Amino acid sequence: MRGKTGRLLRGIALVSTLALGVTACGGSDDGDSDQKAVSQSDIDAALKEGGTVTVWAWEPTLKQVVADFEKANPKVKINLVNPGTGAEAYTALSNAISAKKGVPDVAQIEYYALGQYALTKQLTDLKGFGADKLANTYSPGPWNSVQSGDGIYGLPMDSGPMALFYNKKVFDKYKIAVPTTWDEYVEAARKLHKADPKAYITNDMGDAGLTTSLLWQAGSRPYKVDGTKVKIDFSGAAATKYTSTWQKLIDDKLVTPTPPWTDAWYKGLGDGTIATLATGAWMPANFASGVKNASGDWRAAPMPQWTAGDKASSENGGSSLALPEAGKNEALAYAFVEYANAGKGVQARIKGGAFPATTADLNSKTFQDTKFPYFGGQEANKVFAESAANVADDWSYLPYQVYANSIFNDTVGKAYVSGTKLTESLKTWQDASVKYGNEQGFTVEK
Amino acid sequence: MTTLQPPAAAEPRPAPPPAKRDRRSWTGWGFIGPFVAVFALVFLAPIVYSVYLSLYRNQLIGGNTFVGLDNYTQALKDDQFWASLGRVSLFLCVQVPIMLGIALLVALALDSGRLYGKSFFRISIFLPYAVPAVVATLMWGFMYGNQFGLVGDLNDALGTSLPDPLSADWVLASIGNIVTWEFMGYNMLIFYSALRVIPSSLYEAAEIDGAGQVRVITAIKLPAIRGALVIATIFSIIGSFQLFNEPSILRNLAKNTITTDYTPNFYTYALSFNGQQHNYSAAVAIIMGLITMVIAYVVQLRGMRKGA
Amino acid sequence: MTSPASTASRPPRTAAGASGSAPRLRTSRKKHTPGRPRRSVLLTLLTGLVLIYTLIPLAWLLISATKTQEGMASSFGLWFGGGHFALWDNIKETFTYDDGVFTRWLLNTLMYVVIGAGGATFLAVLGGYALAKFKFPGRNAVFAVVIGAVAVPGTALAVPTFLMFSKMGLTNTPWAVIIPSLISPFGLYLMWVFATEAIPTELLEAARMDGAGEMRTFFTISLPLLAPGIVTVLLFTTVATWNNYFLPLIMLKDPDWYPLTLGLNAWNAQAATAGGQPVFNLVITGSVLTILPLIAAFLLLQKYWQSGLAAGSVKE
Repeated sequence: MRGKTGRLLRGIALVSTLALGVTACGGSDDGDSDQKAVSQSDIDAALKEGGTVTVWAWEPTLKQVVADFEKANPKVKINLVNPGTGAEAYTALSNAISAKKGVPDVAQIEYYALGQYALTKQLTDLKGFGADKLANTYSPGPWNSVQSGDGIYGLPMDSGPMALFYNKKVFDKYKIAVPTTWDEYVEAARKLHKADPKAYITNDMGDAGLTTSLLWQAGSRPYKVDGTKVKIDFSGAAATKYTSTWQKLIDDKLVTPTPPWTDAWYKGLGDGTIATLATGAWMPANFASGVKNASGDWRAAPMPQWTAGDKASSENGGSSLALPEAGKNEALAYAFVEYANAGKGVQARIKGGAFPATTADLNSKTFQDTKFPYFGGQEANKVFAESAANVADDWSYLPYQVYANSIFNDTVGKAYVSGTKLTESLKTWQDASVKYGNEQGFTVEK
Repeated sequence: MTTLQPPAAAEPRPAPPPAKRDRRSWTGWGFIGPFVAVFALVFLAPIVYSVYLSLYRNQLIGGNTFVGLDNYTQALKDDQFWASLGRVSLFLCVQVPIMLGIALLVALALDSGRLYGKSFFRISIFLPYAVPAVVATLMWGFMYGNQFGLVGDLNDALGTSLPDPLSADWVLASIGNIVTWEFMGYNMLIFYSALRVIPSSLYEAAEIDGAGQVRVITAIKLPAIRGALVIATIFSIIGSFQLFNEPSILRNLAKNTITTDYTPNFYTYALSFNGQQHNYSAAVAIIMGLITMVIAYVVQLRGMRKGA
Repeated sequence: MTSPASTASRPPRTAAGASGSAPRLRTSRKKHTPGRPRRSVLLTLLTGLVLIYTLIPLAWLLISATKTQEGMASSFGLWFGGGHFALWDNIKETFTYDDGVFTRWLLNTLMYVVIGAGGATFLAVLGGYALAKFKFPGRNAVFAVVIGAVAVPGTALAVPTFLMFSKMGLTNTPWAVIIPSLISPFGLYLMWVFATEAIPTELLEAARMDGAGEMRTFFTISLPLLAPGIVTVLLFTTVATWNNYFLPLIMLKDPDWYPLTLGLNAWNAQAATAGGQPVFNLVITGSVLTILPLIAAFLLLQKYWQSGLAAGSVKE
């Protein structure tokens, strides 16, 4: 056995040394473009010279933007890759960044996840490219979300000011008035379910995005971030407004546990068993493509308020385009991002069904006068634009919101399937988030 | 693997001259070399790297530090890990006997020669093996759906109120059902193949002794396929401990009941891919692997000792 | 590697059968069981229940493939309906949707299977032959380590393999999928058992006496004898590679390199994005198209793999 064992051991040693060596060669890359100033003429020069830019994005309207951009800049090639949606994309991005290989030059990052990458210095500060001049281009919610500390880490691509989509046909059938407050909403839920036990006011089985957006609207600010010091607290008065109202819906089984974005969910939206959706202004495109048979039945309305007479709103979803620190071709990458999110690309995307984050477009007459055939000709953009203007701009997400959202259903989900109360389960989420933050080196307190 | 008789030992051949033996010694390596080389790259290297990772901790703030066995002690105190381990153990104790039991019964039925359309049965029951887990879970996921799936339809049509397969009480069983569906046919075929090679002389002897069908099964068939039973059990056990594909794909429909720590493999996956906690994930995975190997070895020892 | 967690949760293993007299596959057993057994209707019906259980989901799949997206949403799952019979439309749309990426995925899967499963079979044949017919130092160690490898959870390997491959620049290339699928412990085991049984050592010795080199002996004498075993291993590694999901999921980002399983998953997930278009009918039809080739392969090659599995059952 001597020869063979020796050889086996030597083989293992060799391979492991290789593996170790390869990983040890990593080393931390110190940001070399922290405060690099890149002028417009630098960008123009880069465009003339050309090159390839890799863009990781799942936003379908970008396809057209890429085509237009390449036409306008014939020497530049854009490699548009779909890395998966949301959490999948962030996993891929984080993996690429840790492996220091295959990092894209541009990445689509939703607002809730942007803070995580910005705080850990994995994104290039766009102030050096002149992005701070774009402050007034964007509506308050998105613009706030792309900033972290002093820096600007992405350009807003679309936004999701919240609105209440409701099935007018169903509401008319049962003579339900469109709710203007959340208490009215609960009443409407009761009336609907009593009239038709198969129908529900909406579906909900626990969605981190919805919960945080509703807390935002209610005035709660559970996350306070100051550099690496974090405070998490779900017990404020505003948060209680949300939990007490929503608990009624759960307790009386007024919401159906259909998971969203499934076959059954589309069916429910189509046949009236799911009567409303409180979600972002990007939803119309999904209605049009996924629930064709209910065209004309639905309308958009302003979000119900927590306090009668208020005009509060919040954002739900929406993403930006950012430049990963480890990416290349920064000038070209920024040129593309600016084109797509502040330049001609915006119009192309609006045409494709995206909901913009730019105030000029939100307030433009043509935009607001657009009639939505799906909503029976309603000029729904007026509702959305007003909602966008009413978004409170002092909301923060956690610097590890992606992880926190991934355990949302493990913790808060319990409130939907067992007898646990929302407040209790939010506390469990809070505790788990605090634990993770501390494990990751943040200083987190409750 | 105890009744192994390498052919060389069974042959009464004079020892080949030394030069030939040496050449044969290393020639073997020439044939198995490619396999071992790729194996080292694809398996041994990642294991070593995994062990290395498990000794460190990489934080979002603070970077990479050596922490020795801290990850392991943390894992041993981790309620979520033990809960997931308990869950797959429970799964294992129920699903494996059921699946192998059905597989065995079908194999015996096929072997008895008393079925109409034996070949049709054999092929059809084996089919699910050819279906990818993604597709299988999709199909069953749809059928489990309460409002629009088959359960819902049946409830409407028959006025029954069957429980929701995706509720907390039933979801583990529902996953067990999918796994049983996928692999029962495969195990059936293994048992059937083993049954087919039982020498007919044994049956002739039984017939002479006047043994009935049941006696034949218990005295001849079952003992003869003991090895197959043990191997199938071991690999089903290993598979249960590694349960991942089905809960992960079904999770979209039941996010609140299938938590991210539902099975040990899913837990390590979530640690790595959701929380970027590669180091802790490596430690948990290694502990899991050790537990699996110990149990598989114990089962093999017990199974083989009873037989040989 | 075609390890449990990356493919099925039950890796294929052969069975052990009775030792003793040489096995022969008998074609008809009726003569040998006590008495001449009557065909039993009861038994057939009971087994038929198992059959129904097996076939219901597949029936659902096929029936759903004949419906349109809206039709699926509005009709009973296990019967036709929901508008016109859309099977041919669905098939056509599956192949043309998204610039015909489905065809690309099909070709990718074929490539992974031919190179991956083919390569795995080749390595397993060589390795099994070595384990069976050569005494070389470390033989038992190799076997023990490889079989022990099966017990290691796939996720223990996934991330380190990913990080390693990243540094080597292999991720997002077909090699990241092919290289791991070249290792099939099951294949190695099966070939070892088969080679032990099917190749009489006397034959090899005779060839060596005649002065034939090992390679020549292998190709001209051993390989033909191993044919049924090779086909069996090839079939099972093909299934594993065709259905491979987890490893490609973490290794590949570019949809151009996706195998069918990943592509179907991507289409399924597509519905869940703002502005994304739900294409469940294509996911279903695509699934049908994905499982058809494998089923066909198994049906056509029945003779080979049944004898391969059986012969592998002799030794354990």
